[in-house]
Amino acid sequence: MLNKEYLVVKDDYANMGKNSSLIKKTLIELGIDNKIIRKIAVASYEAEINMVIHAYGGKIYFSIDDDGLIKLVFHDDGPGIPDIEKAMTPGWSTASAKAREMGFGAGMGLVNIQRYSDSFDLKTSPEGTIITICFNGA
Amino acid sequence: MKAKDIVKVLEAEPLNIWSEKLLEKDYEYAFASDLMSDALAMISNNEGKTILLTGLCNAQSLRTAEMLDLELIIYVRGKMLDIEILDLAKEMGFNIFTTHYTLFEACGILYQNHIKGVNVE
Repeated sequence: MLNKEYLVVKDDYANMGKNSSLIKKTLIELGIDNKIIRKIAVASYEAEINMVIHAYGGKIYFSIDDDGLIKLVFHDDGPGIPDIEKAMTPGWSTASAKAREMGFGAGMGLVNIQRYSDSFDLKTSPEGTIITICFNGA
Repeated sequence: MKAKDIVKVLEAEPLNIWSEKLLEKDYEYAFASDLMSDALAMISNNEGKTILLTGLCNAQSLRTAEMLDLELIIYVRGKMLDIEILDLAKEMGFNIFTTHYTLFEACGILYQNHIKGVNVE
């Protein structure tokens, strides 16, 4: 059983991805299969980037239960995704010029997160977006 | 193709060599992009044999390589890294080089030398 949480700050480009790096290190220490780690790391990194470049920051909740289910919840503080269907379309992006300078805005973020996770749930409102992804780590 | 031979054909200069041993390692695949989400869509089973070529010289190119378990990054168009980014590369343990060739030219040279594109899962 493991429970951790991480703070993500809006527009903190310098530290963008640090939390996902810490999550990856924890998974390596726990001896999780490399291929699974890679999928989790990429999905986590994409979701963390979204929180920095699109949202007002938020928190990441990382847990592993007794059955080996690895769960990541990305809970941001808004402003929500106005059109989920468009946001889930490969290539569609509302990234700012700054985010594009950083190498993002390919319109693949949510697509990559869903593709790599074993289960994916997205709830959004102007108060915030909650993405919950799970992986079977056993 | 060994990393040291890749470096030679690309006339690349080292920005950071984490492990001389890695220069003897064989690489078979490459992925090239300035868009990191495109690179992140490229999970395959050949990470250990894949090179990342990019013109994006910031921490996110390193983080992307970290998430994908890539060890060798080649920056194109003669780009250099800022000191802070270089320090991060050292901390992360990457072998990184810079070539004066453009992304297109660098890819062409590697392709001529039998480096293949990544097969996405």
